[in-house]
Amino acid sequence: MSFLDRVRDFFQRKKTVEIGGGEQAIEKQKKMGKLTARERIQYLLDPGTFHEYDMFVEHKAEDFGMDKKFLPGDGVITGTGNILGHPVCIYAQDFTVAGGSLGLAHAKKITKMMDHAMRMGMPLIGINDSGGARIQEGVNSLAGYGEIFFRNTRASGVIPQISVILGPCAGGAVYSPALTDFVFVVDKISKMFITGPEVIKTVLGEEISMEELGGARVHAEISGNAHFYAESEQECFEQIKRLVTFIPWNNRKKADKFQPKPPIFDKPIAEILPKEPNEPYDIRDVIKALVDNSDFLEVQEHWAKNIVIGFARINGETVGIVGNQPLVLAGVLDVDSSDKAARFIRFCDAFNIPLLTLVDLPGYLPGVDQEHAGVIRHGAKVLYAYSEATVLKTTVILRKAYGGGYIAMCSRHLGADFVFAWPTAEIAVMGPEGAANIIFKNEIANAPNPEEMRKQKVTEYIEKFANPYKAAANGYIDAVITPEETRDFIIHALWVSQNKEDVPPKKKHGVPPF
Amino acid sequence: MNNENLGKLILDDTVYETQLTKKFTLRKKYVPKDPKKITAFIPGVIREVYVKIGDNVKVGDKLLVLEAMKMRNTITSPMNGKIRYVAVSTGKSVAKNELLVEFE
Repeated sequence: MSFLDRVRDFFQRKKTVEIGGGEQAIEKQKKMGKLTARERIQYLLDPGTFHEYDMFVEHKAEDFGMDKKFLPGDGVITGTGNILGHPVCIYAQDFTVAGGSLGLAHAKKITKMMDHAMRMGMPLIGINDSGGARIQEGVNSLAGYGEIFFRNTRASGVIPQISVILGPCAGGAVYSPALTDFVFVVDKISKMFITGPEVIKTVLGEEISMEELGGARVHAEISGNAHFYAESEQECFEQIKRLVTFIPWNNRKKADKFQPKPPIFDKPIAEILPKEPNEPYDIRDVIKALVDNSDFLEVQEHWAKNIVIGFARINGETVGIVGNQPLVLAGVLDVDSSDKAARFIRFCDAFNIPLLTLVDLPGYLPGVDQEHAGVIRHGAKVLYAYSEATVLKTTVILRKAYGGGYIAMCSRHLGADFVFAWPTAEIAVMGPEGAANIIFKNEIANAPNPEEMRKQKVTEYIEKFANPYKAAANGYIDAVITPEETRDFIIHALWVSQNKEDVPPKKKHGVPPF
Repeated sequence: MNNENLGKLILDDTVYETQLTKKFTLRKKYVPKDPKKITAFIPGVIREVYVKIGDNVKVGDKLLVLEAMKMRNTITSPMNGKIRYVAVSTGKSVAKNELLVEFE
């Protein structure tokens, strides 16, 4: 073969792989409203930065006629590139090649990328679009999944891992995304479930569509499996890019510092709280009034809305914010919101992101369903996550901090470095009504006018306890501050805590209540 | 504040104005389990029915076979008693917690 022939041959081989499953399959992919794996990588990464590896990898399966089947790239594209200048490892399953099914060679391409991401300390992004295990490869394809899950777990807390579900992700395959830090879904495109509608119908006789069982909305609103929900693939890619700017490359680094910017929220922070303590407001307004450019990236926006979590910058530095949401269920902690907050706290702690906790909650949600669903075990996750976290922990109590809720929301007692309270803070064992009814039970019952006595006792309790000064008198609060001063106090806390050292006791690992 | 979709949540005798989630509104009221009602512990298909109305059974007697996830589960009687009602027949698909047999 002449030199020129060799070059021509190379380009021919490359082209064969690049076309994936061929034009017909690509057309089918488009008809489903989906981009191709190659387009996805192109849109997500900075132009011209994608470098592909393992293009000529081939499977070695022989059974069921597989020896005669050529699968370009074995159904997955892998490589490295940049997102807004950040280096990332990426893989995208190609549904046009044998339905993106996962065989051993396919899995090995992925695990090679994972090992690389771990060694080089960069985020891993996985785009999932696969019919599942390649059945012809039998146990080898299961082995492939297992190797991926193992690495997902080993990489957890070392490098950020992002899963993008842009097609089916069913059966065992769902466990890779579930083990990663952030799962992105797109309406009408993402489908995730352990057992599909067909199986459910034959085994259980229940009929349900794929969308109702495991569509994007289901995972964003009901199951809590997804962290970000988008209407289109393009919107999803924008969300990923935004997220990447807030988080560090790996657990040895801090997130990039940006130019500090003042908040641009149109309502003055002191006017957000309503006059009555039992009236609601949107905690996100307080967040926007506090953070740089009022730019807040909310995580799990549509699930367990009684707690708000997400990333923002204060004075240019990324902070992870956890805030009770009085607008929804009065901001109570319950099974789902505890779960949501706890995992986020652990992510922030693992990746050196300071935590800012905004407290306004009346306590835990009462109910048989909550108790039976394990609110004790789930609620304990919040205590565990906060106590375990060694990053800077700043807490601001805006209004109510009652009972167990006060303790759980990053109180001094769980190791908060700074606890501030607004003058409107009420730090007590429970709300004034309930407390007065218990403490002054006899006085109220024996009074000539019980209702009047009750009101009097409630007022008495409010005056005595519904304020931040009892807690401040004990040093549980470091400073009572005005809403307007809050941003400045947080910036100062970040500044004086740059060299925080908090070495946890030596252990293999803790045993959190999960 | 948009007050249209605000509901009320009572905690420790205080009424809070707040949005109620779907999950919260749809939560089921707790009903204590009736020991006289035998219900399906797993969704599946009834493969055998060994009893009929009026039968006297003892603890451990076979009542029926409920097949689920390719396993045939023999459901035995938890008590001595008389069958008041048999809600299923062979071949019927049952949902989780669906009534199978009731004692008098």
